[in-house]
Amino acid sequence: MTAELELRDVVVSFNGFRATDGVSMSIEQGELRFLIGPNGAGKTTLIDVITGLTPVTEGDVLFRGESLVGVPSHKIVQKGIGRSFQTPTVFQALTVLDNLDLAASFKMSTLKLFRKRRGISAAVADTMEQIGLTDSAHRVAGALSHGQKQWLEIGMLLVQQPRMILLDEPVAGMSPQERAATGELLQRLAGDHTIVVIEHDMAFLRSYAEKVTVLHEGKILLEGTVDQVQGNPLVQEVYLGRARDARSGHVASTESGEAAQAPDAQEVLS
Amino acid sequence: MTTTKNEYPDVSSLVDEKPPGEGVVAEADVTRDGYHPSLSDRLKTGWGRRIILAIAVGVLIAGPDLIGDPTRTRQWAEYLCYATVAVGLDLAWGYGGMLALGQGVFFGLGAYSMGMYLSLEQVEPGQLPQFMSLYGDNDKLPLLWRPFEHLWFAGVAAVVVPALVAGLVGWLVFHRRIRGAYFALLTQATALVFWLLLIGQLKLTAGTNGLTNFSEVFGHNKYDPSTPEFLYYLAAGALLVALVVARHTVNSRYGKLLVATRDGEDRVQFLGYDPAKAKTIAFALAAGMAGLAGALSAPIIGIVAPDQFAVLPSILMIGWVAVGGRATIYGPMIGALLVGVLKTRVSESHPENWQYFQGLLFIVVVGFFPGGLAGIWRKLSGAVSARLPARGGSADEPSRAPQTLATSEVAS
Ligand SMILES: Nc1ncnc2c1ncn2[C@@H]1O[C@H](COP(=O)(O)OP(=O)(O)O)[C@@H](O)[C@H]1O
Ligand SMILES: [Mg+2]
Repeated sequence: MTAELELRDVVVSFNGFRATDGVSMSIEQGELRFLIGPNGAGKTTLIDVITGLTPVTEGDVLFRGESLVGVPSHKIVQKGIGRSFQTPTVFQALTVLDNLDLAASFKMSTLKLFRKRRGISAAVADTMEQIGLTDSAHRVAGALSHGQKQWLEIGMLLVQQPRMILLDEPVAGMSPQERAATGELLQRLAGDHTIVVIEHDMAFLRSYAEKVTVLHEGKILLEGTVDQVQGNPLVQEVYLGRARDARSGHVASTESGEAAQAPDAQEVLS
Repeated sequence: MTTTKNEYPDVSSLVDEKPPGEGVVAEADVTRDGYHPSLSDRLKTGWGRRIILAIAVGVLIAGPDLIGDPTRTRQWAEYLCYATVAVGLDLAWGYGGMLALGQGVFFGLGAYSMGMYLSLEQVEPGQLPQFMSLYGDNDKLPLLWRPFEHLWFAGVAAVVVPALVAGLVGWLVFHRRIRGAYFALLTQATALVFWLLLIGQLKLTAGTNGLTNFSEVFGHNKYDPSTPEFLYYLAAGALLVALVVARHTVNSRYGKLLVATRDGEDRVQFLGYDPAKAKTIAFALAAGMAGLAGALSAPIIGIVAPDQFAVLPSILMIGWVAVGGRATIYGPMIGALLVGVLKTRVSESHPENWQYFQGLLFIVVVGFFPGGLAGIWRKLSGAVSARLPARGGSADEPSRAPQTLATSEVAS
């Protein structure tokens, strides 16, 4: 059986800097896979490569046995791979309803797109209910709170019913209740969908993760269950080293330049 | 996207920036004691829309009677052509974020299509237009000119050729991710090339002199006092068609896609849409409308010459949209009409000062009223509506007219 997604020795090089340095991994249909690693480990880059935002320098990406290399992003989406971004990016000038409806209409022919939306499709109404934005249907997305935008973005993903969902830090900045709701949603979706989630938070991982892949400096450090990953001395080394740095005030020297996010490292093992 | 890596190097934010005031309106409309739709919002719903449209159509139809004078009527017909260009250009620029600085090319392609037909209308079948006997060494009509003996062909070509050219240019350019300032410069360059071509192809285009002396237009004598009125109604019809198409486009799903592409071209791809395609369609639509307007401008203005379609006139077209208000349906039309009227009035009284006046107008609008007339209208109507009674009751979950969702829309 071919894997749902397979990466083969994927290298992404930015002017010689290898953000992803020979990553091979295989994800089965219906899996809920977590991807962790310190800032700058190359997690986002991996999702970018799968979705065609960043070209591979070497290696291959296969979706259900078919190579995605060189396929434009919008066609990758049409094949059934949806993604979210680290910061929610909904269309601010459009209403919640139009954001969702546009997402839901992604398989329509251009000619059909020229028709006006009449009413709300069941799929859009359901999704709106799921993400708790039914009452805000006619508000422009620009007026939503940060959390609501995150949900809207997830809704736009779900309404497309992708086979595979790639989420980049979906619960960052969410309240504990929102996190729990997201975690449960992920577990509900797994099975029918194949899901890859980038997440830092260990508590969240412990509650919802089955299989975890740890990335470090562009390479896979380890792949296993949450317990295996947490007990692994290498992983502790990677995170603790950074946590110690952060505590002793060497935050600014973290390699990714994302110094502002350094406190994440402390949360990870707490 | 806080990390810069997910964004393409983008110099375009300055020019592609979405029009002011979008995406932030709703919150301001909501107050503690209920939902206060602004006056312009009230007018946008159902009856308000129909009434505005009815008034607009009424004024358009009554136009020649209101104006009274054939010369002025002819001038208004000209402004109506400009308004048609502006309505189309706003699809590309206002809704699509493409700062097209070469719209004169498409206006010109339409004008030359009709200009060729009109030139041939003046002579017996089989004869050459006057200028050809001056410059030309051949005594047969050039191949390019032949189909333009037929009015239907000239009319269709005036719309289809600009749309096709824009479609082709757009397809190539947008798929190469040329946008923002680069796109603006590129379109401006096309205007320059077009101008040079027109001047260079003397035997086909009559060079700088252009095509003129249309005493007979579509079977009407140019000097007949009823002719301006006839041309006026043609131009008014074209404008109405453009408005209806633009309104339908903007309200359709494609219209939403276009706005989404304007505000997040990279993001749109991850919804599964090809942003280059979305932009190409709007650019082609805008070009088609410019071509239609150009075709009618030929008999109305009475001359088709390269200088009308050069770089400067193309930039002025953007000015019309800016004055009226980007990303609104009626704003650009009003902007073009207003600038047209002002131009005539000011240059009649102070011929040498019009250019300065126009420059000042554009500077003031861009600098102080980035939303144009539509923006001023939004502000004023917002102020007025604050004094009108609120709609709906409590505002603990403020939203835009949620009741319409609950009742009428969920059904399907
Ligand atoms: N477009 C780019 N140009 C240069 N360097 C980049 C680019 N994108 C990412 N990087 C670098 O690649 C590394 C991995 O980045 P990223 O995948 O965003 O890490 P993560 O998501 O794991 O925090 C970082 O060091 C980052 O600075
Ligand atoms: Mg990241």
